[in-house]
Amino acid sequence: MSNSIVSRLKRKKIVDVVATGKRMDGRELLQYRDWEIKTNFLAKSAGSAEVKLGKTHVVVGVKIGIGHPFEDTPDAGVMMVNAEYTPVAHPTWEPGPPPKDAIELARVVDRGLRAAEIINMDKLGLVSGEKVQLIFVDLYVLNYDGNLIDACSAGALAALTTTEAPEFNVSKKGEIEKTDKTERLKLRAHPLAVTVCKIGDSLFVDPTFDEDEVMDGRITVTVDENGNLNAIQKRGPVGFTLDEIKKCINIALEKAAEIRALVLAGE
Amino acid sequence: MSAKFETRDIVVPGDLLYEGRIRTGDNTFRSEGNVYSNKVGLVNYSNDRVSVIALEGTYSPLVGDLVVGMVTDLELGQWVVDISTPTDAILTINDAVNKSYRTSFDMTTVLDVGDVVVAKIVDFDRRRTPILSIVGRDLGKVYEGFIMKITPSKIPRLIGKKGSMINMILRQTRCQITIGQNGRILINGRNREDEELVVKVIHKIEKEAHTSGLTNRVQEYLRTIKEDRN
Amino acid sequence: MSKKTKKKTTKRKTSKKKWVRVDGRKPDELRPIHIESGVIPNADGSAYIEMGRNKIVAGVYGPREMHPKRFSKPNTGILRCRYHMAPFSVDPRRSPAPSRRDQEIGMVMTDAIEPALFLERYPRSVIDVFVEIIEADGGTRCASINAAAVAIADAGIPMKDLVSSCAAGKYEGNVILDLGDYEDKKGESDVPVAYLPKNDQVTLLQMEGIMTQEETEKCIELAIEGCKQIYEIQKEALKKKYGMVEGAEETEKAPEEEKPVEEAEEE
Repeated sequence: MSNSIVSRLKRKKIVDVVATGKRMDGRELLQYRDWEIKTNFLAKSAGSAEVKLGKTHVVVGVKIGIGHPFEDTPDAGVMMVNAEYTPVAHPTWEPGPPPKDAIELARVVDRGLRAAEIINMDKLGLVSGEKVQLIFVDLYVLNYDGNLIDACSAGALAALTTTEAPEFNVSKKGEIEKTDKTERLKLRAHPLAVTVCKIGDSLFVDPTFDEDEVMDGRITVTVDENGNLNAIQKRGPVGFTLDEIKKCINIALEKAAEIRALVLAGE
Repeated sequence: MSAKFETRDIVVPGDLLYEGRIRTGDNTFRSEGNVYSNKVGLVNYSNDRVSVIALEGTYSPLVGDLVVGMVTDLELGQWVVDISTPTDAILTINDAVNKSYRTSFDMTTVLDVGDVVVAKIVDFDRRRTPILSIVGRDLGKVYEGFIMKITPSKIPRLIGKKGSMINMILRQTRCQITIGQNGRILINGRNREDEELVVKVIHKIEKEAHTSGLTNRVQEYLRTIKEDRN
Repeated sequence: MSKKTKKKTTKRKTSKKKWVRVDGRKPDELRPIHIESGVIPNADGSAYIEMGRNKIVAGVYGPREMHPKRFSKPNTGILRCRYHMAPFSVDPRRSPAPSRRDQEIGMVMTDAIEPALFLERYPRSVIDVFVEIIEADGGTRCASINAAAVAIADAGIPMKDLVSSCAAGKYEGNVILDLGDYEDKKGESDVPVAYLPKNDQVTLLQMEGIMTQEETEKCIELAIEGCKQIYEIQKEALKKKYGMVEGAEETEKAPEEEKPVEEAEEE
């Protein structure tokens, strides 16, 4: 799946190698690259995480501000997830507004967090119908070598679990004051996205940039720690059989548990 | 002594290498009568010149270079080939096909966008665009194998003095290895194990290119890995 | 005590001799600086800098084909510097869209670095320098230039010299070096400078505030001294990447693979 020219040689080689059950870098089909997760390293953000998955490198920043609620939910806070494809991350990425892939990335990560009800948004109201807390989750890609969804999902979870949310005081006149006190953000679930990719009849996880270019399709499944599915996204101009879909879900449940342990270990 | 460093010292752009007259070699420039480095690299003082062996760098194409590239566009009578140069290279039909052809000739029967080629740089046009040719032995479209990319400035190290390093690797891994001066290496082995070994060895050479005693260390490395295998 | 210190009632009002900056630094003291090269695997060259609490990444691609072709120059290469801030880099969160300030900084950065390059060697090509501000704390344009210069050298692009940058200014009547965010916002003046030490040339100069000619010239001199200190740190960062390797001796020469060259040009 690529928007640009892919070398025929590369495609042929990767397809041949994956068919034997291995990857170009020697990994097994269901093996992730090494994870490196750091949290709370940005002083001006309520929460932050730096994730390196192989050579893929992303920074996630969580900021909490104040703004207007949606009309139909006057007392609920608002969460917004945004992704930036910075031009340093890949030679083909140009400066400009987020391309379609970045928008999908943000929406898929957002959907997973929101569907899992990770944060009780009803507790974030300040002045009914006027002012509520806004939670911004910004996904910043610094080096692109495939599998951004899983890396950003883990980064968002790591940042949110270590977020120190400021306390707000609301006066009788409806004036809001941000105190110096902070409190660890309470999370109700720990959803994680796992993307399973397909080349020919082989299913594998954690694609590199090359594998991402060559793959036929992928299914991302976001699951929480109780084994519930929160979100699914299928991409790629190919079909998946029901059997393949079930396999993907099983793989996602297994891998999410492993990754979640890594993410929460740094809490 | 007018030399400001010792051979094999690491220097950076702007470092004063030599005060006074001396011939300027690679990656140096003369300014106000002195010689300075223009890159990060190892300075080398020889009898009559000072030069810097660059540790990083873009590929500087020269006529005669063997390069590995990918066709990225089809134009009238020529293909555009990406060989990691500041401007893309051109391959004309005349330099690709050895016999006569009709004007209705379908170029994609020879090369299409996305094809990988091994080519030679035969010329530069007046706008410094590299001109390629695939007419010749061991040149042309590549059908098998994969490409590994390393910094072009480390290619000499991979080849070694009179080919000593690359010949040793070829002997020990029995893979086909085509080294492009533009930092792209085409590898084709009989099995994945051998190919993975080549990749590991080349990574090691790239990382340690600035040190000495590398040939021996690589030989030892190859020996240990093959022993572990058996 | 001068009138000016009386006006600023917020901070200490000790005599000039015992005057100390908000973070305890001496007037001519730089914030702690840490620079690392080669941090973005996909980029041709890259650097990461921490200057005080600033955290900035610079990535370089090029020289490469310029698109669209009509903007390329037939006789020389083009340098394009882009300055961009992550939404979470400041408080409160800012929009990821480039602001007018971002664009202006990109332009003065380009002017500051271009004199150090040999652009005439790359007709019709472009050298792209992308700077991403991960966290901002005053003096980001200077820190960006410092990172960009290291990134360009890391890419192996020939340079006449490194470019070093630092700001000086006036705070509570005192001329100081390397203003932090607080000093920048509350002080009387800010003078960012970029400098090529080899040729003693100033390539970036801006000024904002109210100062006499003498004070301004003193600031520029002080900033140049700061640049010279930073120059040494940049050099070390470039050399650090090539530290000792286990088992290597420093005796033999590398193989003679030099291709024949013409005499290098006069600069």
